[in-house]
Amino acid sequence: MTNRPAPVIDDDSRPFWQGTARQQLRLPYCRACAAAFFYPRALCPRCHGDDLEWRNASGRGTVYSYTVSRRPAGPAFQAITPYVVALVDLEEGPRLLTNVLVDRPDQVHIGQSVTVVYQPLGDGETVLPLFQPEAAPER
Amino acid sequence: MTREAVIVGVADTPLQNGVLRDGGSVLQVQARAAKAALDEAGLSMAEVDGLLSAGTWGVPGPGSLMTITLGEYLGIRPRFTDSTNIGGAAFEAHLAHAALAIERGYCDVALICYGSTQRSESSRTLGGRAPTLTMQYESPFGMLMPIGGYAMAAMRHMHDYGTTGEQLAEVAVAARAWASLNPAATRREPISVDDVLASPMVSDPLHKLDACLVTDGGGAVVMTSAERARSLNSKPIYVRGFGESHTHWTIAQMPDLTLTTAADTGRRAMSMAGISHDDVDVAQIYASFTITVLLTLEALGFCPRGGAGEFVANGRLAPGGDFPINTNGGGLSCAHPGMYGLYLLVEAVRQLRGECGPRQVRDARIALVNGTGGTLSSTATCVLSRD
Repeated sequence: MTNRPAPVIDDDSRPFWQGTARQQLRLPYCRACAAAFFYPRALCPRCHGDDLEWRNASGRGTVYSYTVSRRPAGPAFQAITPYVVALVDLEEGPRLLTNVLVDRPDQVHIGQSVTVVYQPLGDGETVLPLFQPEAAPER
Repeated sequence: MTREAVIVGVADTPLQNGVLRDGGSVLQVQARAAKAALDEAGLSMAEVDGLLSAGTWGVPGPGSLMTITLGEYLGIRPRFTDSTNIGGAAFEAHLAHAALAIERGYCDVALICYGSTQRSESSRTLGGRAPTLTMQYESPFGMLMPIGGYAMAAMRHMHDYGTTGEQLAEVAVAARAWASLNPAATRREPISVDDVLASPMVSDPLHKLDACLVTDGGGAVVMTSAERARSLNSKPIYVRGFGESHTHWTIAQMPDLTLTTAADTGRRAMSMAGISHDDVDVAQIYASFTITVLLTLEALGFCPRGGAGEFVANGRLAPGGDFPINTNGGGLSCAHPGMYGLYLLVEAVRQLRGECGPRQVRDARIALVNGTGGTLSSTATCVLSRD
């Protein structure tokens, strides 16, 4: 089985991917704005300040929008097609592109509460933050 | 006296079934289009002192420094050069930049070129690259590029405003009706709303027929000053207003999924031109997907936010409707060579010159052109006038 495209980790993103590898969803946080942002950057994209730290997120969020890929975006996605690609608004504010794991695509809707689940990429290193409906049983 | 920038030549490349009728490399395509546009203007390549281009060819490689490669191929040593690439909207931005350069006397004759052989080379591959930098937060999740981002915008629009698949389909049906009047269009057989809805779903809620074509193509636009144009035979088309902007590359960074920067670029362009919405006789609006048109009509202020679904209903955008757009068939039915923005300008100019035969919008004086690039990432708006 082909693995999904692996993120090319850099100095901005290393703490984030180190976090997911330990089953922690971590977000960069701007002390001046008192708010989290995503993706990680050298400067806060809101106030452009550089007084930043990493904080753990709750892992809970809401589906802002989604689509169902009816074709695989590359060989790695063949086996799971059709699959749900979604924008999830985290409780802390930032919006993530991710997948919502469901048995059938029609089980996803805008406004749905979702929680993070961690899925190893298969490269023995990277772990992706995916989401599942909050009420769903353990997968 | 202020120098005014005008368009004096346009050309597009003949296609057959979406591929280059006369064949050619991506550089040949642009050279031929450039020559055709210059011939129409009555100018020679030797007089070109401004060169502008954007594209996806030759990257990495000679296309990485695009106008340098193109200038070398064409034998041009420009004093104004611009490889601004903001996706499909790049050419509307080029038009603005060239207008500023001409008005300021920074150059006298500007040539904007585009070419693509993506269809004949089957080379449209937006995926498959290692997800570096910002793409590491997107590529691992398998969003189809670029349709997935547009699909999520459409999904949100439906959720917020009750927009329907039928309303989206109206955009595709109108585009095809215009294409049926254009012998140069790639897809000319009429389609219905039901045909669009029955076409395969690609990325919910967008079907195959909600998406643009994948074709080859190329074209060129030649600009100069109004003063210079007086000694030329071609009828000059005035560049009256423009605006450009962008907000995001990755879709998660789009501030509001149903509002594009056309809200800003349209307002600035129309204000610069001193026109109101009612003054626009014909519009060319980038149709990468049907949803792009709905979002753009709202952002430009032709209808209220959330109102575009109703606005386009009952054939309003189609021939005979009271809001003619994409009169050559647009990206959905005429051609879509990877980046379509140059074609928007070509068709707007032809409408303003009154050259469009059966698809001519009667007495078209003012055209609005809006390009959208990336994944709703960038927009650029231009207002053109025949006098």
